[in-house]
Amino acid sequence: MSAGGYMHRPNRPLMVYAIGYLAFLYMPILLLPLFSFNDAIYIAFPLKAFTTQWYQQMFANDAMHAALMNSVQVGVSASVLATILGIFGAKAVTRFRIKGVKPVLGVVMLPLVIPPIIMGVALLILLSQMGIPLSLITVTVGHVLICVPFSIVTLMASFEGFDKSMEEAAADLGDNAWWIFWRVTFPMVFPGILASLLLCFTISFDEFIMAFFLAGTDPTLPIFIYGQLRFPQKLPGVLALGTCIVAVTFTVVFLAQWLRGRGPTAPKTEGN
Amino acid sequence: MVDATSLSEPELTESRPRGGRLATLFRRSESLRGYALLSPTLAVMALAMCAPTAMMVALSFWVQSGFDITMTFTLDNYAKVFTNPIFEALFLRTLMISGTCALATVLISYPMAYYVAFHVHRRKLAWVIMMTLPFWTSYLLRVFSWKVVLGYNGAINSGLMSLGLISEPLEFLLYSPEAVIITLAHAWAAFAILPIYVSLEKIDRSLLEAAADLGDGAVARFLRITLPLSMPGVIAALLLIFIPTFGDFVTPALVGGPDGMMLANIVQKMFGKLNDWPLGSALAISMMIIVSIMCGGLIWVTRQIKERAI
Amino acid sequence: MSSDDSFLNIEQVTKRFGAVVAVDRVNIAIRTGEFFSLLGPSGCGKTTLLRMLAGFETPDEGEVYIDGVPMSGVSPHVRPTNMVFQSYAIFPHLNVERNVAYGLRKEKLSKQEEAKRVDEALEMVKLGGYGKRKSNELSGGQRQRIALARALIRRPKVLLLDEPLGALDKKLRTDMQIELRQLQQSLGITFVFVTHDQEEAMTLSDRIAVMAQGKALQVASPKDIYNRPTSMTVADFIGQMNFIEASVGQVADGVAALEAKGLGRMKAHINGTAVTTGAHMIAALRPEKLSLTDSEPNGGGNVVKGRIEAAAYLGDRSHFHVRVDGLDQPLAVAAPDLPFVGDGAKQEGRPVWLTWADDSVILLDKDTR
Repeated sequence: MSAGGYMHRPNRPLMVYAIGYLAFLYMPILLLPLFSFNDAIYIAFPLKAFTTQWYQQMFANDAMHAALMNSVQVGVSASVLATILGIFGAKAVTRFRIKGVKPVLGVVMLPLVIPPIIMGVALLILLSQMGIPLSLITVTVGHVLICVPFSIVTLMASFEGFDKSMEEAAADLGDNAWWIFWRVTFPMVFPGILASLLLCFTISFDEFIMAFFLAGTDPTLPIFIYGQLRFPQKLPGVLALGTCIVAVTFTVVFLAQWLRGRGPTAPKTEGN
Repeated sequence: MVDATSLSEPELTESRPRGGRLATLFRRSESLRGYALLSPTLAVMALAMCAPTAMMVALSFWVQSGFDITMTFTLDNYAKVFTNPIFEALFLRTLMISGTCALATVLISYPMAYYVAFHVHRRKLAWVIMMTLPFWTSYLLRVFSWKVVLGYNGAINSGLMSLGLISEPLEFLLYSPEAVIITLAHAWAAFAILPIYVSLEKIDRSLLEAAADLGDGAVARFLRITLPLSMPGVIAALLLIFIPTFGDFVTPALVGGPDGMMLANIVQKMFGKLNDWPLGSALAISMMIIVSIMCGGLIWVTRQIKERAI
Repeated sequence: MSSDDSFLNIEQVTKRFGAVVAVDRVNIAIRTGEFFSLLGPSGCGKTTLLRMLAGFETPDEGEVYIDGVPMSGVSPHVRPTNMVFQSYAIFPHLNVERNVAYGLRKEKLSKQEEAKRVDEALEMVKLGGYGKRKSNELSGGQRQRIALARALIRRPKVLLLDEPLGALDKKLRTDMQIELRQLQQSLGITFVFVTHDQEEAMTLSDRIAVMAQGKALQVASPKDIYNRPTSMTVADFIGQMNFIEASVGQVADGVAALEAKGLGRMKAHINGTAVTTGAHMIAALRPEKLSLTDSEPNGGGNVVKGRIEAAAYLGDRSHFHVRVDGLDQPLAVAAPDLPFVGDGAKQEGRPVWLTWADDSVILLDKDTR
């Protein structure tokens, strides 16, 4: 598309709207870091003095540390498991002509269209009926469930992005399925796998509703934060923690985008 | 010769037909091989989706007595769900809040997506990232940040007061259905922006040029080409926002107040303080059914409109 | 198995995709060291057939034999075939050297041996010294050569080529055709080559199978395909052809007397075609077998008068559409440079006479097209 074609000249009102929209998106979130450095227990204007005491308090909080480690543990396990399941699913769907795969795929994608609270309570009911105690493992199971559809979608894009004949060429040159995977498929979809891991980790790390029902005595970070919100004197600490989370997620998203732009790209030619 | 060495390798005998009919069928049917590869994922997902749902359905027909659940079939729970006026009011309010939220978010996000798709020519990706970045921060924090904005001592009230515009904090800001709608609209904005943006970006620009060539002005082009072709994105956005917000209990709990309570809050309480799991299950299932009907209805209506237009 | 010197046998092979029959009971016997082309329009099943030879598709019926060994159940990675893909399928994450050496994994060669094999293969495709190049630094022609080297380094018994020249421009294409043919001659390996370009197939091949709608219509040398097509589809697909409805009169000594629509009585060599008196058939005439003059020729033979309807001067030759009374379609005529064409004078409407030899008429059954 040529820039500045007569149909798409710059549209000033629309641009103003876009900037306003971005302000609406960012304004509330940017208040978190602003007030996190404010030396007052109440979150209110006018700002008082600059302080880092909330950060110091937060870093010294053992419960927060424990919750953070729990979340990391759940996030890593859930993202690895979901991505492995995602690789199977994405490869099967993109590489084989499968009869009646659409409704089947629908089952796998179902968590995308079910309110998480329903999946959360349903799992809770099953676990309690089976007498399985709630723990970080049960949270991980719940998170794998909601991560798999995202993993499959991410990886499908990766698998579709490279020519099927690459894998056929490897087979033709003497590799069996195992070697094809390690010598061609894996290196080619590696950026996708990494993106899937990052995405699933982020989803799990942020997830609150499923964790709320499925966590036992060990809270994940969102559950910890939710607990803190009930106490006004804890709010500045939440602000500090929130600021750190925002900073880390922004970094991770930029990293993910950068990785996505670096995937090996083969020029595709049309089939006959 | 390469082939001579490779023929003597065990792999050949491995991949040779072992004579079994099943093996032949497996080899000939690409579908079967596909399903074999899909099976681990499918098994895990099907099990993790179906077993809990089945259990929940069963439980919704049972009775809670004290701390125990009696396994006698009853429709009492559903009777309660459909006759209790509190539940009816909650259902209606939840529908209103989620529906308004989905519509409002799509309406305010469409121009934004349109701007990036049609008027941004350089660094498009940067704009897309910018639009979706807040979504990647914790959901809880996004909701909490609105408590900071709208609260009694919050940014708006304290800001207006320190400017001397008001003397008393505006109490209606927080703890109302409107606060819930605003907060949800902000929290789920990315789910509207992305599908709409993608559907707009996919529109072949030569279609618009053809429409212009055939005499359409800017408004006519938008109404006759751009809008209809971006409808899949709009529908997807509506569903993607309506479904999760219908089952959200965090936002109403944090910014809703008593007037902003939604269905999911009562479901959550059934599994918590109120400890009536069978009734909670019946509520959750009713919720699921209503969400399905609403989504199915939306898809059906758009399909009807589309067919009539063609 | 069929003929004795055949090496790659395709017997009654059928492949369906849903309701579509992509390959329909195909029988082909390909000889050792032969350059064999599968020629046909897109969607005719030629690529599917090639992929069944490589093992990427499994025949629903029938069997492929290579060197007498049935191939069903033999995975692509152990077949004595290698393939040059249409997209070349150069691995983007490996450099040229690693791409070419890819298939040597199982031979467990020493570093020096492997390097030697890679160099040899690269020399063979005239890309010596390109080993360290990255795969995204290659032109289309180079990619094609790398794909060739990568396949040939495995010393396959059969090399399969799926429209390997399709993505190249015309000049490069012609050069590669010559090189490919020379390479095949020097290696003596059986090549099975898929193309939709009839000129390319004629240039390269020892024999050609013309395919349409999943069927192999005719398997023969380029010369026979051109001069003795066995069906209207083949005759039409290879070069241009005038089809004239004709009824068969007396048949004697390999010559049939015809009464052709618009052209009157003529004779045709039957060349083993099953011809019976009274049958309605098609008399086919290549445009270049018709001679065109602007004055009535003397002597007998086959002659018909017509008017030029359209003329195109191409330098070394000219193309005409000549309208003849009694024919629905004008006749296509390709004539060498004629004194009265190409000087700007109006050709349309000019009366001309066409003559042709008895043995240039091909008799065909009517296709049910």
